[in-house]
Amino acid sequence: MLPNDPISRVLYIDLTKKTSQVVDRSDLFEAYIGGAGVAAQLLLEECPPGIDAFDPRNPIILAVGPLVGNLPLASKTVAMFKSPHTGNLGESHAGGRSAVAIRMAGYGAIVIKGASETPLWVSIDGDEVHLRDATTLWGLSNTVTGRVVRENEGGAGLRTILRIGRAGEQMLPYANVMCETYRHFGRIGLGAVFGSKKLKALVVSGKRSLPVADRRAYRQLYDEIYQQATTSKLMKKYHDLGTASNILPLNAIGGLPTRNLQAGRIVNAERISGEAFAEGYLGRRLACTHCPVGCIHIAALREPYENEPYFMRTRMVAYDYEPIFALGSMLGINEPRNLLRLLDRIDDFGLDCMSAGVVLAWATEAVEKGLIPADELDGVSLRWGGYQGYLAAAERLLSQPTPFYQALARGVDYASSVYGGREFALAYGGNEIPGYHTGPAAHLGFLLGARHSHLDNAGYSVDQKEMLKETVPPERLINMLLEEEGARQILSSLVVCFFARNLYDTNMILRSLEQVGMPMTAERLAEIGRDIWRAKYQFKLREGFDLLAQTVPQRIYETDSALGPIDETYMQQAIAYAANLIGELAPAS
Amino acid sequence: MRLSVVDTELCVGCQCCMFACARRSGLGGIASSAITVRSMGGMEKGFKVIVCRACDDPPCARACPTGALTPKPGGGVRLNASKCIGCGRCAQACVLGAVQWDDDVNKPSICIQCGYCVSFCPHGVLAMEDK
Repeated sequence: MLPNDPISRVLYIDLTKKTSQVVDRSDLFEAYIGGAGVAAQLLLEECPPGIDAFDPRNPIILAVGPLVGNLPLASKTVAMFKSPHTGNLGESHAGGRSAVAIRMAGYGAIVIKGASETPLWVSIDGDEVHLRDATTLWGLSNTVTGRVVRENEGGAGLRTILRIGRAGEQMLPYANVMCETYRHFGRIGLGAVFGSKKLKALVVSGKRSLPVADRRAYRQLYDEIYQQATTSKLMKKYHDLGTASNILPLNAIGGLPTRNLQAGRIVNAERISGEAFAEGYLGRRLACTHCPVGCIHIAALREPYENEPYFMRTRMVAYDYEPIFALGSMLGINEPRNLLRLLDRIDDFGLDCMSAGVVLAWATEAVEKGLIPADELDGVSLRWGGYQGYLAAAERLLSQPTPFYQALARGVDYASSVYGGREFALAYGGNEIPGYHTGPAAHLGFLLGARHSHLDNAGYSVDQKEMLKETVPPERLINMLLEEEGARQILSSLVVCFFARNLYDTNMILRSLEQVGMPMTAERLAEIGRDIWRAKYQFKLREGFDLLAQTVPQRIYETDSALGPIDETYMQQAIAYAANLIGELAPAS
Repeated sequence: MRLSVVDTELCVGCQCCMFACARRSGLGGIASSAITVRSMGGMEKGFKVIVCRACDDPPCARACPTGALTPKPGGGVRLNASKCIGCGRCAQACVLGAVQWDDDVNKPSICIQCGYCVSFCPHGVLAMEDK
């Protein structure tokens, strides 16, 4: 690392004692680069074994990497914590202004421990750390909370504002943390951990310069990366239509989970395609700080009030592939306006929209199959495509008027353990599925991924490339997934956006690391990737993860994937092999 | 030639221009950036892109008590850092807020109208124009 680079400074904040201190952790950044690598070590250090996710000792760790603020597309912050949703490793990534703001404030990582008795927000401006009273913000939506914090803090343009909505306050295990209104630390409940600490918001800002190894070489490298980022086809796809561009291709191959995965295609998919949203609703495009691509797409939802036809309200709603899957096809909604209405509401509550969609889809099928006593529905009609029922049900995930909604608020795993319907409860390790029914690799990927995310190992991509050509033997498939997950640890430790994975190949990563004073060999880099994966799995195993005890939802075998029926024997062979391999690679310590 | 903002509606808020400006020094980060981009108060409303307009009779130079900032022929100002005492009056004098502050050295970051930022705006928000 370079002298005067603040990357190794870790800010520890204790919300119980109301104290903070900065500790130099060069040891961690030198060995694990930053981001996921450093966060995993801090989690192992800070999170006592076996604690409840809402125990005040559960740390919230936010980590960035050395390229942030130096090179484009290094724009992500990695959050780690014990997840209240999976009861295990919690890892969530977000962009927005978060990574650059943390780096410009002069930190490589922030660790928040303890819990406050009264609501507060934490303000970090460079070396200044303030705990502010958030009593008056408790109960307010994400949107209003963001506005109030914005108006009460400095650093406009240079700050990140992370906050929770009511779902986080109520500690729903799939509550998320919103970042700059349109990005999220989604999945597996970081919002609930914020809520358990009475932490309503966190604002971070700063402005500084960063040293580089060789000014001339640095500028050359920058120009090269910038040039590639602004001219590549992949980046153009993300810029033009965003991730929503994947709706039509996934639907065409039958890999778009529809009506709780009773099908892999939705009729009139073109109405909820990236193209349709762009033509009919796109109101603005945004970028994360230091990313020239700008993949964030915001829809303008303009609607008259029911009784005042010339009184309009215009809501701005960020959309992507996953929300369209979860609140669209999964619920049989192919009317974009209804989808946006539902997404807007769920976002404002601060619920993870993917989990919420899968939960509502399971609930609809459970009602259809007569598993739910009518009086527990509280007058709500759940049927495919019926967005008004879904709006009403989403509100009841918070108000929880009956045991049914109380169960739904805990996710499909729990709800199906109470009411039955396990075979169509679409979750892995407690985390509801993402939107890819592309074949066995996608599902094995969700199951094996350290955080049960499709981004852990990109199984969906293996299905569409390798498996499409020929059925890869299960052992080889598992090796491919684990290898990819190891490699991805490097990107998420540099905190380079996964969309830039082709641009930041090994050579480019090594050149970049040289400029931040961390020269190393390709072999060392690969080794670090595996070490990070191993550290994450050690945490998982320590917290009781058992691959062989995981349930694969029966539904995935009933509905043809993009590659045709998924063979249960193949899956079992793959899982048995993976369990052995994980035991060897990440022995329980 | 001076820097101008063509259309803020094209701005996605990536702030690559700010990094470009700061990188002229050869360093990373944004401490010395003379250009700034920030939201209009919520990103859904779009962005302000604040650049120096290279005034003919610049109020920032008039406000400088030490003669560190002097008008340039053709508009804009030049900073003589050795004379600057870091009082910040130049920044207060610019109603656009186009005099940025470099906290690392406690002196203003003054746009020299070089146009380097223009080549790092991916969406054509910035341009150099004849004055």
